[in-house]
Amino acid sequence: MTLYAIIFYVLAAVIVVTTGLAITRRNLVHVVVYLVFSFFGSAMLFYLFGAPLLAVLEVIIYAGAIMILFLFIIMMVKTETFEERLFPFRQWLPVALIGVVYLVIGALIVSSAPGNQVMLKIALARPEAFGEYLFQRHWLAIEIISLLLLVALVGALYLGRKKAEDDI
Amino acid sequence: MIVPFGHVLILAGILFLMGIFCVLVRRNLIMMVLGVEIMLNGASIAFVAAALRWQHLEGQVFVLFILAVAAAEVSVGLALIVYAYRRTGSFDPARYNLLK
Repeated sequence: MTLYAIIFYVLAAVIVVTTGLAITRRNLVHVVVYLVFSFFGSAMLFYLFGAPLLAVLEVIIYAGAIMILFLFIIMMVKTETFEERLFPFRQWLPVALIGVVYLVIGALIVSSAPGNQVMLKIALARPEAFGEYLFQRHWLAIEIISLLLLVALVGALYLGRKKAEDDI
Repeated sequence: MIVPFGHVLILAGILFLMGIFCVLVRRNLIMMVLGVEIMLNGASIAFVAAALRWQHLEGQVFVLFILAVAAAEVSVGLALIVYAYRRTGSFDPARYNLLK
């Protein structure tokens, strides 16, 4: 087992544990902080897999912008005033069982399918090469994504504004 | 040499299942949107590993698009949640039962 393999397994354990802690907490602020740890782990995983630009973007956008947005909303509205009631156990027990079945079947398929035993080789996608590839092959998708972000901005502004009279 | 490709797929699958669990079990709109984020993150990990597996940049490009879509989705989703909270005073999806 190489050093890289040890790093991968440690990072995978950290990601799974922090995500598992996050989805079971009651306090939403704790949830967000645990998820920030999870996304930092993902960013390091991206770096390990040779995507330094995506690692930086993951930290900036996921762990930075998106989680801070959630934190704003959680702190803006008083979430601790009401108690969250979970769905009754018998309602989500089938979901959990089917999820476990899918996980087992997926693990079996992944471990037996040819091509999945290939060891990942260390490689590095330089940000310049990544940017050139992106803007040569996918410039139209970039434009569409920028349009989508603009629409999202307008939509969020429209939904979030305070109405003078609440009559709609 | 890092690890077999299948181990990364299993990690991504576990993350995706955790996201589904979060969406289906938690009775709080904010937690449901967070579950979607967890699912997207699992998919991103699978994409980056596939980019390394086939030594091709296409997977990394897709992760960039996933990031952008996640940002747009979160901004609109949270604006909708705040709007619904102003009208009903609750995050419980079972409380949104008025058409007016």
